[in-house]
Amino acid sequence: MGARAILLALMSLGIVSSPALAAEDLEARGWAATCTGCHGTNGRSTGKIPSIAGRPQSDIVRLMREFRDGSRAATVMHQHAKGYSDDQVERIAAFFAAQKP
Amino acid sequence: MSVTRRQFIKWTGASVAIAGASGCASVSGRKTVGRVVVIGAGYGGATAAKYIRMWSPDIEVTLVEREAEFISCPLSNRVLGGVWELKELTRDYGRLSARHGVRLVRDEAVAVDPVAREVRLRSGATLEYDRLVVSPGVDLLYDEIPGLAEPSARDRVLHAWKAGPQTVALRKQLEAMRNGGVYAITVPRSPYRCPPGPYERACQIAFYFKMHKPRSKVLILDANDDVQSKKALFTKAWAERYPGIVEYRPLSTLVDVDVATLTAKLDFEDVRADVLNVVPPQRAGTIAKDAGLITANGRWCEVDFLTYESLAVRNIHVLGDSVMAAPQMPKSGHMANQHGKVCAAAIIALLHGEAPNGKPMVTNTCYSFVSDKDVVHVASVHAYDASQKTMVVVPGASGVSSSANELEGEYAESWGRNIWDDMLG
Ligand code: HEC
Repeated sequence: MGARAILLALMSLGIVSSPALAAEDLEARGWAATCTGCHGTNGRSTGKIPSIAGRPQSDIVRLMREFRDGSRAATVMHQHAKGYSDDQVERIAAFFAAQKP
Repeated sequence: MSVTRRQFIKWTGASVAIAGASGCASVSGRKTVGRVVVIGAGYGGATAAKYIRMWSPDIEVTLVEREAEFISCPLSNRVLGGVWELKELTRDYGRLSARHGVRLVRDEAVAVDPVAREVRLRSGATLEYDRLVVSPGVDLLYDEIPGLAEPSARDRVLHAWKAGPQTVALRKQLEAMRNGGVYAITVPRSPYRCPPGPYERACQIAFYFKMHKPRSKVLILDANDDVQSKKALFTKAWAERYPGIVEYRPLSTLVDVDVATLTAKLDFEDVRADVLNVVPPQRAGTIAKDAGLITANGRWCEVDFLTYESLAVRNIHVLGDSVMAAPQMPKSGHMANQHGKVCAAAIIALLHGEAPNGKPMVTNTCYSFVSDKDVVHVASVHAYDASQKTMVVVPGASGVSSSANELEGEYAESWGRNIWDDMLG
């Protein structure tokens, strides 16, 4: 059961009220979902593609910057990393940092 | 109505299914904000179903699929190369219900009533919806090829453009073919499902011939004026890895087939083959047509790219290959998975009375195997452009592999496992 599901369950019992949910960055969750066809749902991967769930936000931001400026070798990430603004990368990274590894 | 509901409960075994209109408490005690029916459990539909439930368990989702198992089209050319078997592309749907509470209904949607908001199934039962997601993939247009009008003809001249028994049957034809024979594939005019698919298939079959039947040929008869995807990489693979085996002929439009002699009748010449593989022209799946969702060229469904809602019929969303694509948006499994997520988020917002995200993004990556191990990719990132009301490729955020390589072969296999889990797990 995901965090949101638990929250929803608690909400329906009147234990937690909705502001807790409103705090979730839904826009970023949607953008992060563009990564997860490759990196696995919520960033948990099996096989060769690295997992990014639970990685510190600052690490993900740095890696994305290095992919974008070409200082980190990549087969495909140099192309994907150029698709997002700095603000988007910060918020996508915050989403993955908050996921269970 | 009560009769159909009772029937419905009988075969889903899920009394939750009858939780009524918006706002009624369902049996689980949780408030239901709406009911979504999804038609088609491929890359688009299964992803949408899972993500709606994962992100918003207060929405009921019923997923209608006629097949018992999921078989991936992407990577299925490897079966033709003799590298993989179908079972490696096969997954079951069980976790969608066990983990995510998606109600699975094995049946076929045969009609949609957008006024009553009901889907009628082959079995005669009906499903009510607040929002309907239609993700049927493509239908193959055999009426444009007179020689293949009879189903028996199509057992001889295969498409193998939907992974499954056809893939295995085509592999058997290749195995039975003599050394020195000709395999010919006809490619329809774009847009068609999986732009690099025919060229990857040519590589896979050439790989098999090179190892086992080196005097044989692979002939690509393309209705288009050029290779439609990863041209430089495929052309290089054919020239360097399969010289004398692969031949590419552009502007070769199929007009008919003589099944008795396995002859492809093109507009200017006839080509005889030992194994003839016709990939017919395509359109959005039949249920999309019958529901009045096809609005472009008599083939594809125009949608609002913020929600994937049909431009023709309200409360119905269309995903995947059936969509009239935005510029440079391929008909691929990866892209359908992306449609599914944007649509899931939009449906959740709409059913909660909120505005959908105004800045959706989608990505695409298609990996193609040019041998048993080496892979080339094409990738792109697309963002919503509010002024043009469509998705556009973010400048600079697209490209292909610098050359075919084994590392991407491993990434491609990992991609498969991850995306199948992402839609089904
Ligand atoms: C086409 C599949 C694909 C997509 C989509 C994708 N990635 Fe990646 N990612 C990879 C691969 C493959 C690598 C390994 C580096 C390479 O070869 O490009 C990687 C590496 C990474 C790494 C480095 C991890 C490490 O430990 O070295 C990060 C961080 C990352 N990706 C984040 C993202 C984010 C964030 C997104 C979405 C905005 C994303 N990726 C989308 C395939 C993908």
